[in-house]
Amino acid sequence: MAYSDKVIDHYTNPRNVGTLDKGKKNVGTGLVGAPECGDVMRLQIEVDENQVITDAKFKTFGCGSAIASSSLATEWLKGKTVDEALAIDNMAIVEELALPPVKIHCSVLAEDAIKTAINDYRVKNGLPELELPKSHH
Amino acid sequence: MLTLPIYLDNNATTPLDPRVLDAMMPYMTNMFGNAASRNHPFGWQAEEAVDYAREQIASLINCSPKEIIFTSGATESDNLAIKGVFEMYASKGNHIITVTTEHKAVLDTCKHIEKLGGKVTYLKVDDKGLIDLKELEEAITDKTILISVMYANNEIGVIQPIREISAIAKKRGILFFTDATQAVGKIPVDVEADGIDLMAFSGHKMYGPKGVGALYVRRKNPRVKVTAQMDGGGHERGMRSGTLNVPGIVGLGKAAEVAKQDMEADTKRIAAMRDRLERELLTIEESYVNGSTEHRLPHVSNISFKYVEGEGLMMGVKDIAVSSGSACTSASLEPSYVLKALGLSDDLAHSSLRFGLSRFTTEEEIDFAIDHVKQAVAKLRDLSPLWEMFKEGIDLNSIEWAEH
Repeated sequence: MAYSDKVIDHYTNPRNVGTLDKGKKNVGTGLVGAPECGDVMRLQIEVDENQVITDAKFKTFGCGSAIASSSLATEWLKGKTVDEALAIDNMAIVEELALPPVKIHCSVLAEDAIKTAINDYRVKNGLPELELPKSHH
Repeated sequence: MLTLPIYLDNNATTPLDPRVLDAMMPYMTNMFGNAASRNHPFGWQAEEAVDYAREQIASLINCSPKEIIFTSGATESDNLAIKGVFEMYASKGNHIITVTTEHKAVLDTCKHIEKLGGKVTYLKVDDKGLIDLKELEEAITDKTILISVMYANNEIGVIQPIREISAIAKKRGILFFTDATQAVGKIPVDVEADGIDLMAFSGHKMYGPKGVGALYVRRKNPRVKVTAQMDGGGHERGMRSGTLNVPGIVGLGKAAEVAKQDMEADTKRIAAMRDRLERELLTIEESYVNGSTEHRLPHVSNISFKYVEGEGLMMGVKDIAVSSGSACTSASLEPSYVLKALGLSDDLAHSSLRFGLSRFTTEEEIDFAIDHVKQAVAKLRDLSPLWEMFKEGIDLNSIEWAEH
């Protein structure tokens, strides 16, 4: 399959690879996917007192599109408020990376990872958990 | 000088040997006759060339030239053997025994047989990819007409105990068919010593052209017949109609001759390179060879790199052409059914690479491949949350994954 230039770029030079201290109260972690399905994403956000995401890191086990989707997500997350981050839609990732239909699930997984990370942050900080749409795969 | 990408997918297809191309060329130009034309020199020339190819092939697999039926390739040969025997021997029974790790051309043909009312037993393999002979014996019924077991597997290169299988078949008066597509021309295959009744093989897996293959059909002890699956001019002793692909057949013949002549030297060299490649790649942490290393083709190595996803790995090793154990261009990620049959978990099956060397593979190419794969695995593990968890000593099975 031919990958878009943007997917290849993110795969070759992934942005924000790494690990934040999940023990910190202002760090939210989202671990989504399953090894048997061929992709697992871990996305983390660090949030300041103004609800602004100051740092984002990821690690992904998966295909080039999955790696690119999560790499792109971390780029988009930095500087956004938590509420703005919640509005990130998987179709925006599909569009930006020109993902083919068989790779749309990678973008869905990235959106899941964002929302799961935000929820983790919310729960840690005594905020009610948001209802996440389940299993769109 | 290395030309990238390096081709290491020789189980999929091999390049045409220049000696084969030279032999074929005249039959694609001046000598274009139809081998069935009996009335003029054009036809005679073609027929002579076909007869010569039959001899070259017969000499490679130790049979009579009359026992070679030319086809379009191994898939057609598999279909002709299984469907042809099922029809021809319908009065004797309707039960076929095969193996879960066979090529799709055999498995799907068997599925077709089941739709026609036949019964098929699919033998399991052990963690090395080998069948259990006792299980085979127990699967035989008085309705069994055919045992179909591949000579060597296309994904892992594992060689089945062919002589033991044929001895069981003979003892019980059952025909033995083997898909030997990966074996013929690579390792010594002798239909007499091996006790084979029918055997499928193909030109393009042994440095010959695509679009040509053959089915060996035994004529003595016992005399085997298959019902033709295509109606027409009654070529190939009535078993396979259709104008003969003369240049292709000449190419298959030449490929057989070259294989016989070069096999010993080729095997020695290729096996040494394969062993070096494998030894080096196994120095990578958490990497495993799939299938038996004892009963295996000399040019194949199938290795899983744990905590790395197959498609990502394929993208990372873009400068070498290899196959992955993961059919990952489909919407649903399907891990290889062969690796699954060995008992591999989905994630290990997904993260495998198949290396297939050829007589044209060089030491420099192997050097490059070793470095390239090592770098790609290291890079992807740096990116992999699973690798990080493994390194922290977290049992991945203890995590409740959201299946999707």
